[in-house]
Amino acid sequence: MGMTLTEKILAAKAERDQLKPGDFIEIEPDLALANDITAPIAIKEYKKAGGMSIPYAERAYLVPDHFTPNKDILSAEQVKMLRDFSKEYPGIHFFEQGEVGIEHALLPEIGAITPGMVIIGADSHTCTYGALGAFSTGVGSTDIAGFYLTGKAWLRVPPTVKVVYKGTLEPWVSGKDLILLLIGKISVSGAQYKAIEFCGPVIDGLSVEARLTMANMAIEAGGKNGVFTADAKVTEYLQGRTDKTGTVFTADSDAEYEQIVEIDVSGVKPVVAYPHLPQNVHEAGTGNDIQIDQVVIGSCTNGRIEDLRIAAQILKGKKIAKHVRCLIFPATPAIYRQALDEGLFTIFLDAGAVISPPTCGPCLGGHMGILAHGEKCVSTTNRNFVGRMGHQDSEVYLASPATAAASAVTGTISDPGQVVS
Amino acid sequence: MQFKGKVYVFGNDINTDEIIPARYLNTSDPEVLGRYCMEDARAGFGASVEKGGIIVAGNNFGCGSSREHAPISIKSAGISCVIAESFARIFFRNCINIGLPIIESKEVVEAVKEGDTISVDLHGGKVVLQSGETVSITPFPDFMQNIVTRGGWIPYLKARYNSF
Repeated sequence: MGMTLTEKILAAKAERDQLKPGDFIEIEPDLALANDITAPIAIKEYKKAGGMSIPYAERAYLVPDHFTPNKDILSAEQVKMLRDFSKEYPGIHFFEQGEVGIEHALLPEIGAITPGMVIIGADSHTCTYGALGAFSTGVGSTDIAGFYLTGKAWLRVPPTVKVVYKGTLEPWVSGKDLILLLIGKISVSGAQYKAIEFCGPVIDGLSVEARLTMANMAIEAGGKNGVFTADAKVTEYLQGRTDKTGTVFTADSDAEYEQIVEIDVSGVKPVVAYPHLPQNVHEAGTGNDIQIDQVVIGSCTNGRIEDLRIAAQILKGKKIAKHVRCLIFPATPAIYRQALDEGLFTIFLDAGAVISPPTCGPCLGGHMGILAHGEKCVSTTNRNFVGRMGHQDSEVYLASPATAAASAVTGTISDPGQVVS
Repeated sequence: MQFKGKVYVFGNDINTDEIIPARYLNTSDPEVLGRYCMEDARAGFGASVEKGGIIVAGNNFGCGSSREHAPISIKSAGISCVIAESFARIFFRNCINIGLPIIESKEVVEAVKEGDTISVDLHGGKVVLQSGETVSITPFPDFMQNIVTRGGWIPYLKARYNSF
């Protein structure tokens, strides 16, 4: 029987000829990631269990990105735990301020991810790396502790939902719009426990960065992982980042899918997910009566250079609306430098935006852009749950960088086409 | 494993930001996390919940972030068990890994109301409702049962590898 892309990657890792949904496997992940919120529990559990050595320390990545630059004493103590642990086990990759970026932008950027890898991360958006043809899934801190102790992790093989995007993209419709459309169609639990395999002619034409945005939000449909077949664009992306080519897997033609979803993008306009679930998808152009207080452009979803270029294209020569705060978060130091070198910062500053160092801060209501009672924010992040970015009575509207930048200019939820031609 | 406790009812898509908001994630101290359990879904819940209480919720409980702080806060607040129509997968996984009993049962969710007292017999595979009626529950696959029975993923690994 044929296997899906996810089944193929997992079968190779588990050294099995055949895997089917529901099978349990114990594997040795190629990479295990944790951050300044999730690693402290993993480190404590490792020590409590009497851990003396880490079998694959070089596969362990510690990325202090959530509450950094440290927002308070307790956060500083958490980051210190990661730093001290990486000194104790020097094989571990630890990223100090100046090197650190948002984990899911940073690891692909530095060439840590190649096709065919099996990756676990104590962060739900670990599913991002599926864009490069890897199996990558979010787990908990205890899983990471188990990896430190034994190099192993357990997985249940998920059934796969195949999503086929076809048609012709309208102007300003991006990877973010495509993934929001899917979540709007199948709901926040539509892919619960499942793999999402993205394919179709529209996907073939997308940049690797747009695919990273889409895989990133597979979790918002409940997905275990989101995965793309690694093509020539991925090969090109890897050049200069790593010497490794990885192993490219493709789904069998007779693979069995639990569900096949088709999305025709022709005529589809940029969208926004209204509070308080990412499935509440509306056309951006229908939100002109909603006044906003803040715009956030950045995050593991949309903080890459392509995203900043699009925002700059909209903001060039324009001013942020009065009483709107526009916060821009390049996701890594390399992206920050690139944006600076390309003159994007001048455009942002002239428009009246604020530029932050790389951090997850505002996305999860951590720091660097918290919302007050009743405030509304258009954000290129990934979640719009109750209280996600601040006060319980604040609201988050999820959108692409183009839509977010356009909304910053008008001060209301707006389609990019309303601001630029 | 058997529990008896008061039912606390929550809705669909209760996410981990509601279970333990990020403003409390600068610590992993179970006692602090327990105090703020369910804070953005029902303020003051963690401090007032009866020990042994049972959370009963709708579809997709625990969706969102991978933070293990969420099941830790529930366990630390004294909740004995969570019953939902379905769970988000990382939350589900975290519960198995830390040994917090969870049950998927649409039937129980539809049959109970806030304040009921119900009994859960995990090994016996049943829930006894306030009315005395018994509802059967489907056990987890053996692989997961073995982890839960040993108290979580680390005790399970310890039993397999004598030392690390």
